[in-house]
Amino acid sequence: MTEVQAMEAGTATTTYALAKALNAGMRKAMEDDPKVLVMGEDVGRLGGVFRVTDGLQKDFGEERVIDTPLAESGIVGTAIGLALRGYRPVVEIQFDGFVFPAADQIITQLAKMRMRSLGALSLPVVVRIPCGGGIGAVEHHSESPENYFTHTAGLRVVACSNPADAYTMIQQSIASPDPVIFFEPKRRYWEKAPVETDPARWLPLHQARVVNPGEHVTVLAYGPSVKTCLEAASAAADEGRSLEVIDLRSLNPLDIGTVVESVNRTGRCVVVHEAPVFSGYGAELAARVTEKCFYRLEAPVLRVGGPSTPYPPSRLEDHYLPDLDRILDAVDRTFAW
Amino acid sequence: MTIDSVRGAPATPAHAEPDLVQLLTPEGERVEHPDYPLDLSPEEIRGLYRDLVTVRRLDLEAVALTRQGELGIWASLLGQEAAQIGSGRALGDHDMAFPSYREHAVAWCRKVEPLKLLGLFRGVNHGGWDPAEHGFHLYTIVIGSQTLHATGYAMGIQRDGVLGTPSAGATIAYFGDGATSQGDVNESFVFASVFNAPVVFFCQNNQWAISEPLERQSRIPLYKRAQGYGFPGVRVDGNDVLACLAVTRKALEAARTGQGPTLIEAFTYRMGAHTTTDDPTRYRLKTEEEAWKLKDPIERVKAYLVRSDMADQSFFDEIEAEAKAVASDLRKQCLALPDPRPLEMFENVYAERHPLMTEEQEQFAAYLASFEEVSS
Repeated sequence: MTEVQAMEAGTATTTYALAKALNAGMRKAMEDDPKVLVMGEDVGRLGGVFRVTDGLQKDFGEERVIDTPLAESGIVGTAIGLALRGYRPVVEIQFDGFVFPAADQIITQLAKMRMRSLGALSLPVVVRIPCGGGIGAVEHHSESPENYFTHTAGLRVVACSNPADAYTMIQQSIASPDPVIFFEPKRRYWEKAPVETDPARWLPLHQARVVNPGEHVTVLAYGPSVKTCLEAASAAADEGRSLEVIDLRSLNPLDIGTVVESVNRTGRCVVVHEAPVFSGYGAELAARVTEKCFYRLEAPVLRVGGPSTPYPPSRLEDHYLPDLDRILDAVDRTFAW
Repeated sequence: MTIDSVRGAPATPAHAEPDLVQLLTPEGERVEHPDYPLDLSPEEIRGLYRDLVTVRRLDLEAVALTRQGELGIWASLLGQEAAQIGSGRALGDHDMAFPSYREHAVAWCRKVEPLKLLGLFRGVNHGGWDPAEHGFHLYTIVIGSQTLHATGYAMGIQRDGVLGTPSAGATIAYFGDGATSQGDVNESFVFASVFNAPVVFFCQNNQWAISEPLERQSRIPLYKRAQGYGFPGVRVDGNDVLACLAVTRKALEAARTGQGPTLIEAFTYRMGAHTTTDDPTRYRLKTEEEAWKLKDPIERVKAYLVRSDMADQSFFDEIEAEAKAVASDLRKQCLALPDPRPLEMFENVYAERHPLMTEEQEQFAAYLASFEEVSS
């Protein structure tokens, strides 16, 4: 019995690392639908530089797990063509900083072809992007490019933060008839947690999740920052402050209802992400929360994120990344008003 | 010392005319080419003539409509009719064409209503025909993007396992000489080559990328680039509808039977402006245009039909009248094209309901409705 079969049979109490959960999710999708393809640089024999596609080519063959030429625009552009022919490509961009050569195909073609065709065409393409810092990599290997894509209508943008969501969200993204930009927190790839195999108990793809209920401050996060925020909540609890941490999961569409419900209760909101704060996703959240919760807010919505600098050399990334102290500092400041 | 003298003259200039496959001379004389036999009935040749005349007339009508303010812009195909009709008529039912934005004659061959093309240039929508229904993808404005879509689609055909069977299809990607400088075109050549995808790259080298001459795109003839990627390249007289038909037919057949990609360079000339907002008198010589006029793609077929007693004046008059009627219909339809409803811009952005689209659409609807309340 394979692991997936065991999971389906409910005989496995499976604990997966996030990378392995993605692998299992893709494997399940490929087993269920012969039109699902995996493509990218080194995804075949090597199993991807993070081994997320490990073993897939061995089991599904070179026609379905395609080691592509080293050309990001070519990968996304041909994935579009394959989708037009009825396939469901899952594209791997090797590192976040390498998505920019493909940005043209994603923004001008992938996002817009449905509208251009007045709805005649669907492009069920998933673009997987390992994102964020914290792994000590060199330049261009630790970016947070989510805003370039949340700004583009026609794309759905999601970010998983843990193995359970990784397993379900990748399958839901592959099943989506719309193009999905799928962010994977690369510094969380090796962290383990149980996964839920019963689709009946999965959260819808675009629903946010309250991962730590609290009363005093709503903390909004996604992807790699979620775990840091949970740690901050734990530390704050020791000081008698109760943080409600929400994992947004989906950045576009945004589940604003869950956010508003929370902020209307707590009256305070802190947004945490790795990307630079200026003109970042947190600005969108702050504006929406302000608009919808204005009379309930006790303080302005505060943002914690990267400075407006290029991602620094890795010896400095601990300073760049929002850490527990900077989050708690922002929480403190919301009480200063 | 000029830059040119430093780098030296290329061995074969990009605009040189060697190895041009030709089946019909500019004087309308039928010639044979050993690699491209073509046996067409008089009826088929008359049909090609009808196509050429009709699409030229449609194009002229669209230019006129633009001048009268009915279209925002138009990209004229004047001079490129043979390249497009020849290649377009080579396509079979299972083939899929991926055009740029000037392939009005290919669209004609694929039975896309000309009005649909006008809708795009009038600003009614961004396309609006069903590519699957016509085997003709949407116009792509970003230069060269569609070559990758054609290649990916061809990779899909491969995976369907139909190559070499009667239901096999191939893709054909249309692009211009300027597009050959784009990264996407080069990437599509790489993908097509290493995967041996059933795609035909059909480059209409019309000599000018808006104001930039071919020499700004390449030091060597474009078809020779194929060799560097590992598949055949051929240069065809782009003003010779028979040669374009024969060369494309052969390349498509090779693709459908699993022999991989071909690059076709249709050596032709854009007789008009890049689009109706362009002014070619600023960058090219009248003498160049006059020289190309002598190679007109329609006149040579007419001369061939006359020379071979395949048609008489009544046939030409009939075609002329027919084309005029088609254009007149198009004009009427174009003027009757309604503007889209304002709220349509929120539709078809996503397949699945998107809360933000719904919210903004409702807000916009309420805003629009507020004017009606005021005026009532």
